[in-house]
Amino acid sequence: MMAKVINIQPVTRIEGHARIAIHLDDDGEVKDAFLHIMSLRGFEKFIEGRPAEEVPRIVNRICGICPWMHHLSSNKAVDGCFDVTPTPTGHKLRELCQTMAHINDKILHFFFLAAPDFVLGPDSDFAVRNVIGIVKEAPELAAQVVKMRQLGQMMLERFAGKAIHPIAGVVGGFAKPMTEEERIGLLTDTRTLLDFALFAMDFAKTSVFPKYEETIASLGTITTGFLGTVDDTGALQLYDGHLRLMKADGSITDFPVNQYDQYLSEHVESWTYGKLPYAQCWEEGFSMDLDAPKGIYRANTLARINVSETIATSHAQGELEEFREKFGRPAQGTLLYHWARLIELVYSCERTIELLEQDDITDTDIRAKVEPKAGRGVGSVEAPRGTLIHDYTTDNDGMIVKANMIVGTTHNIAPMNMSVKQAATTLIKGGVYDEGLLNKVEMAVRAYDP
Amino acid sequence: MGVRVAEEWLHSCSGCEIAILNIGEPLIDILGLIDFVHMPVLMDHKYYGQLGDGKKLEIPEAVVGIVSGGVANEEHLEVLEEMRKQCKILIALGTCATHGGLPALINSWGMKAGIENSYATPTTDDCQVPEDIVPTPLDRVYALDEKVKIDIILPGCPPNPRLIAEVITALVEGRDPVIPGKSVCDTCPTKREGKGNVKTVRRFLENADFDPEKPIDDMRCLLEQGLMCMGPVTAAGCSRRGAPSCISARVPCRGCFGPVRKDGNQMLDMMNALASNGIDFKSVVDRRSLLRFSGAHGQLRQLPVPVRKAKEDE
Repeated sequence: MMAKVINIQPVTRIEGHARIAIHLDDDGEVKDAFLHIMSLRGFEKFIEGRPAEEVPRIVNRICGICPWMHHLSSNKAVDGCFDVTPTPTGHKLRELCQTMAHINDKILHFFFLAAPDFVLGPDSDFAVRNVIGIVKEAPELAAQVVKMRQLGQMMLERFAGKAIHPIAGVVGGFAKPMTEEERIGLLTDTRTLLDFALFAMDFAKTSVFPKYEETIASLGTITTGFLGTVDDTGALQLYDGHLRLMKADGSITDFPVNQYDQYLSEHVESWTYGKLPYAQCWEEGFSMDLDAPKGIYRANTLARINVSETIATSHAQGELEEFREKFGRPAQGTLLYHWARLIELVYSCERTIELLEQDDITDTDIRAKVEPKAGRGVGSVEAPRGTLIHDYTTDNDGMIVKANMIVGTTHNIAPMNMSVKQAATTLIKGGVYDEGLLNKVEMAVRAYDP
Repeated sequence: MGVRVAEEWLHSCSGCEIAILNIGEPLIDILGLIDFVHMPVLMDHKYYGQLGDGKKLEIPEAVVGIVSGGVANEEHLEVLEEMRKQCKILIALGTCATHGGLPALINSWGMKAGIENSYATPTTDDCQVPEDIVPTPLDRVYALDEKVKIDIILPGCPPNPRLIAEVITALVEGRDPVIPGKSVCDTCPTKREGKGNVKTVRRFLENADFDPEKPIDDMRCLLEQGLMCMGPVTAAGCSRRGAPSCISARVPCRGCFGPVRKDGNQMLDMMNALASNGIDFKSVVDRRSLLRFSGAHGQLRQLPVPVRKAKEDE
């Protein structure tokens, strides 16, 4: 047998451009495996010189799946540069949109991107192993999923003008208030979505996860720390709060968002455009060694579920308790990202309803007075793919002079590489592999929803 | 068998693909008429064979090819050329594909400077820019038609799901798609009261003046309110509920569908539009960002490197 490289390209059913390379030695054993991130656009450079208030409607184009998170994280950073605090209702309207956007994202990821592996099976023919295959295999479920995702997207579009690449968040608050008619409409739709979320959670727990218990426990599983956002009581937050790093042993470090640069650093490898963040505050350096990783933490759904003490809404809290009883804290199984994603789907629906039921959500005082000035602002939110940080500095005219961003997926670049290596090493022995097995290696990546 | 369709994304964000999904329930009907043979966001077809042992990048033959994103590295170019070779009709989807889109803002510096900057941020460890295995960047961001022949352009950031459905359905039915040829202003219901007293335009630092309880056609034109709005020089097509999308959120247009005429220059056209309304175009801050969606085709060129005076270095 000759040494060779298995080239899985492109990695599919993810957002973005990546390639998996599995290097086999002369005996057909896995020598090494990599996830190469193949593209970079350079947003930090080309927002230089732009009026800061325009940037939230530029950086939303970083990601077409989570544009609201970039839009709002950026707005928070610009608030900081101009030293302005949004009005209470402006703040709530932003959180509302961010939470609604989470609903769509979870439905998209679980049902459109990940589910084909579970509903049709990891070994099914690649030509049908996709959402179109689900339309044919389970037409009623598919029709319901398409309808619910569309309902969520159109709620955002109806209220905020655009669902993809939003413009309604502005420095100081929000661009338009919510009318009572809009509030009632959104509330009705979100209640429908909550019913669907509870159905999805139940469907996964009864019809999907039990079939794959062994895979869920083993595939791509590594041992790392976790990063997320919580409030002062330690409850899960998606829009605002402080950052929390948890080590694999469960110990916790909390810090304010604007000190992120004292706790996190970004390592660089020559073979990927994706940077590899690590917890420099642990003072152990950086290593992706599977048995003794150093500085490695994960972000995204499983991370948030792990770092949170509680979830402040009732159904999601119930799910958290059940999850924790079954898998412990912190749970390390990589495919548990899917389970955690559905818990967050339930939370997002419940939280959206909570916000819509608050009296001042229809207040018309939506934007604070704003004056451009020199300053620095760090904004962060929890994007579907992880903690999203925008850090800007402005000059006296309020123009951007410098920017730094750590986007959600980036936190998981090192862990994804480790999960790929773990999966490949476990699955491929003596040079024997087939399509289904290579798809399982990709499933380890898909769990992170990159 | 339906009509074979292949889809690819290049220097892009996936917003165009989400816009395809946002066709919503009619998409299920459309899926009955077409067969996707390649689409990385939803399907598992691989360039180098399903076992990853191929030597050459291959995409299956298709009648219709859809490509989002511009071209910014050698892999993008290779994929685009293969799509052109394999597809009878090639559609450039979204403003990145048709005019470079937002990522073409980097053309004022060049791809190399943009990438180098990313690896020199304060939180990044000292390092070299990655160059093993990862695709080599081109000098700048290109629109698709700068590299291959394109048959249909469908701009938008994101493109309008209704128009995507119209183009696909028209191709399946063998007729010409109906795509709007007007400007955002032509489709905007806000009240225009004629040339007013506006002499300068201001930054969007305070909200527009409007009554939220009243419909959009009760609001005065944002340009007439003194806000920089690129409606006059931007292609129509974004309207979803009777008004251009941003206007319906009471926010001015920034030109995301690109120029009204395909080869128009949104910056020069906007300067002209302002001047003909008696508005001082010097009041527009950061005029180059009027090309923020259409910087390919050589519209945004590399800025001269500022030459520092010896005195400042001392």
